[in-house]
Amino acid sequence: MHVPDGFINAPVSVAAGVVAAGGVAVALRGARRELDDRTAPLAGLTAAFVFAAQMLNFPVAAGTSGHLLGGTLAAILVGPYTAVLCMAVVLGMQALLFADGGLSALGVNITIMGLVTVAVGYGVFRLLLRVLPATRPAVTGAAFGAALVSVPAAAAVFTLIYAIGGTAEVPIGTVAGAMIGVHVLIGIGEALITSLTVSSVLAVRPDLVHGARGLLRKPELRTRAASGAGA
Amino acid sequence: MGAGHAHRLYLPGASPVHRLPPQCKLVAVLVFVAAVVATPRERIWAFAGYALLLAAVAAVARVPYGVVLRRTLIELPFVVFALLMPFVASGERVTWLGLSVSEAGLWGAWNILAKGTLGVVASILLAATTEPRLLLLGVERLRMPQPIVQIAAFMLRYADVVAGELRRMRIARASRGFEARDVRDAGVLARSLGALFLRSYERGERVHLAMVSRGYDGRMPAWHAVGATAAQWTAAAALPAAAALIAAAAWIIP
Repeated sequence: MHVPDGFINAPVSVAAGVVAAGGVAVALRGARRELDDRTAPLAGLTAAFVFAAQMLNFPVAAGTSGHLLGGTLAAILVGPYTAVLCMAVVLGMQALLFADGGLSALGVNITIMGLVTVAVGYGVFRLLLRVLPATRPAVTGAAFGAALVSVPAAAAVFTLIYAIGGTAEVPIGTVAGAMIGVHVLIGIGEALITSLTVSSVLAVRPDLVHGARGLLRKPELRTRAASGAGA
Repeated sequence: MGAGHAHRLYLPGASPVHRLPPQCKLVAVLVFVAAVVATPRERIWAFAGYALLLAAVAAVARVPYGVVLRRTLIELPFVVFALLMPFVASGERVTWLGLSVSEAGLWGAWNILAKGTLGVVASILLAATTEPRLLLLGVERLRMPQPIVQIAAFMLRYADVVAGELRRMRIARASRGFEARDVRDAGVLARSLGALFLRSYERGERVHLAMVSRGYDGRMPAWHAVGATAAQWTAAAALPAAAALIAAAAWIIP
């Protein structure tokens, strides 16, 4: 859901823009710690990955399909700061090149789909890892929980922004109910895809899962002596 | 849920709009959108004025109206939201076409449809007349921090490569008889995504090494400059200036 122009009034759009710019500035500083001079190519390729991943539609029910938002997935895979940069760049390019999401609402979109999904998703993920054992199913479960919470959280923040700066007099309870209700469902799809994707990366390159770095050992390549002759 | 971003919006051409420097067009569109968003929704004539301005720009840029209209479909999810609004909004109710609807909700729906559509059309015209690479140069000229521009440049450069990998994976799945039918198939799609991430990230590592071996030190060499003359700025200011006049008039005239 990319918010178009005119959905949120001008002052609140500007305020959200300031929040988004601040968040991206913090992320820029943090990403240099996560990636140093590899920031541009690696964050750029991860942004291209998020962009492509959003094109992968998965069937939900009865002919409808959804696609990934990717904030939590990116945060777990490459770290929260780099993830914020990737999401901000993806959203900016979608607004500029594809007219998806209003230019005046770019701040709102980055705040909701970049900052909130990454911060909530990564926060929940780390919290869950603290109480769960250091095993691959546990990390997968933590990714599931993180993505599950991140999508309704983004919807809740959207509702909040809408309550302050919405341009139509829809009772806020109705908006909150509809938005959060629908996004709990979307969140289940997001959680399923996020956790399975994290799990499949963990199986091959656990060192590339930033959120679980050092938690799991790299799988060893084992060779077994052939038993018997001719094997 | 937006639609997929299967194809770019750029339409090659040599119209006066195409030839304007990208930073001028970016500022023009931003000011135009700001004027539209700040206009009180009751001034229907002002929105008609904005629409005429965009139609004029499309005519000068020789972007076919049909192409623009087809591409506005991207805002469809929010149109659905807007159409629901008169039925769920609070406030005084009026009878319209035999339906009891909220007056405030009707205005809300009109507000979203009008402003959203004008914003989408303005963005479509910008993207249709400006090469993506030039748009980035324009963004850079407007003092966007270097790292952000670099990340966006890499994303643009490799988006088609990564999307191509995804397409080949889909063909590979299909040729092995896979068809995503319901939620139980999510595992297969997720494994594709996992593989796609690894391929993308490892490609990033290789690209970085290739750059380092060519002397990369965190800064990109200067791209060709796209300076703008005062005349070009003036030409690009035609749209936002006219929009600002309409917005000002909409605020003053009751």
